[in-house]
Amino acid sequence: MKVKELLFKPIFEDNPIALQILGICSALAVTSSLKVTLVMCIAVTLVTGFSNFFVSLVRNHAPSSIRIIVQMTIIASLVIVVDQVLKAVAYDISKQLSVFVGLIITNCIVMGRAEAYAMKNPPIPSFLDGIGNGLGYSAILIGLAVIRELFGTGKLFGIEIFSLATEGGWYISNGMLLLPPSAFFLIGLFIWAIRAVKKDQVEANEFKIAPNTKVKEA
Amino acid sequence: MEALLSLFIRSIFIDNMALAFFLGMCTFIAVSKKVEAAIGLGVAVIVVLTITTPVNNLLYTYLLADGALAWAGLPDVDLSFLGLIVYIGVIAALVQILEMFLDKYVPALYNALGVFLPLITVNCAILGSSLFMVERDYNLSESIVFGAGAGTGWALAIAALAGIREKMKYSDVPDGLQGLGITFITVGLMSLGFMSFGGIDL
Repeated sequence: MKVKELLFKPIFEDNPIALQILGICSALAVTSSLKVTLVMCIAVTLVTGFSNFFVSLVRNHAPSSIRIIVQMTIIASLVIVVDQVLKAVAYDISKQLSVFVGLIITNCIVMGRAEAYAMKNPPIPSFLDGIGNGLGYSAILIGLAVIRELFGTGKLFGIEIFSLATEGGWYISNGMLLLPPSAFFLIGLFIWAIRAVKKDQVEANEFKIAPNTKVKEA
Repeated sequence: MEALLSLFIRSIFIDNMALAFFLGMCTFIAVSKKVEAAIGLGVAVIVVLTITTPVNNLLYTYLLADGALAWAGLPDVDLSFLGLIVYIGVIAALVQILEMFLDKYVPALYNALGVFLPLITVNCAILGSSLFMVERDYNLSESIVFGAGAGTGWALAIAALAGIREKMKYSDVPDGLQGLGITFITVGLMSLGFMSFGGIDL
């Protein structure tokens, strides 16, 4: 029960992107192509999992005054490993991700989970929590990438799904979806969708607008 | 000189860190409820970026790049894989030093920046601009200008967003969109606005 909760709770109920506002930078920047997004998701999930694991291992040995730098070193080393592996195995994708692989270091999900969960819990649950949050992140990213690539170019993984009007088909691609602003709109709508289902996540309005009491005068 | 000026303008408007590359988004969304706080954070980001980008540039050119250790008699050493850990270390250390320096000599500014200085270490805009500097092969003077420009662009964007959000809290937003959702859509519209600079070729 514990394992299931650790792995799946972050996907819907406590999503790192939609609720905790963590790790948004890369969510927006890499989602214009599904292939690149998948690689990014795998990288982030692994880094979050293992950084949680190692941070949790050293949590009782590192003095709290230097814990941030310890966490940073662990995370940065893991990201270097990921970066080097990507450069060796999938050079094209690593070029497309450009600086965003390096930016996993400052991805707030990794740091946030290390600080909030791994510092207080044993290694194995921490590892699962990291993987779970990585999956929550991946769920949103993959959703975004499918919408952006499918409707933006009519393709998925570069394979044609909708036949494009420019090549004699019926689908006129929506180039706007490949541009940065569309990612913001889509995440906004995603949050709306999640909160329409999970009413308890709705934020209270700071100002209540009073109803118009004098209908006749208005 | 002209090239540097156009790089400065480019990095503020066309390649805006927040709105075109989505860097520093977490703080961008979290700290943009009040204009004063947003401006304080913006100033801190400008200062830190203007210092860290050139420092990382020096480290990259004289220590990390392929063959950079030739001056020490080690022309075959390529340490560029250590880049990430060095940049983040430099950023964390510089933010700490800056904090102590401001505390001692400019307490007014230190109090104004408050909690924002330590937050900056994990702001991806800072690490991002160091990585862009390496990827685009900037030299020292270019990286100073790029750092200052990228910081200014980010500060401009967060101040503008805070202004919009201060007005927007009086508006009647659908329940599910309240707060985070409507902020994303606002940022999307701002980013659309900034895209109109895209056609400008400097």
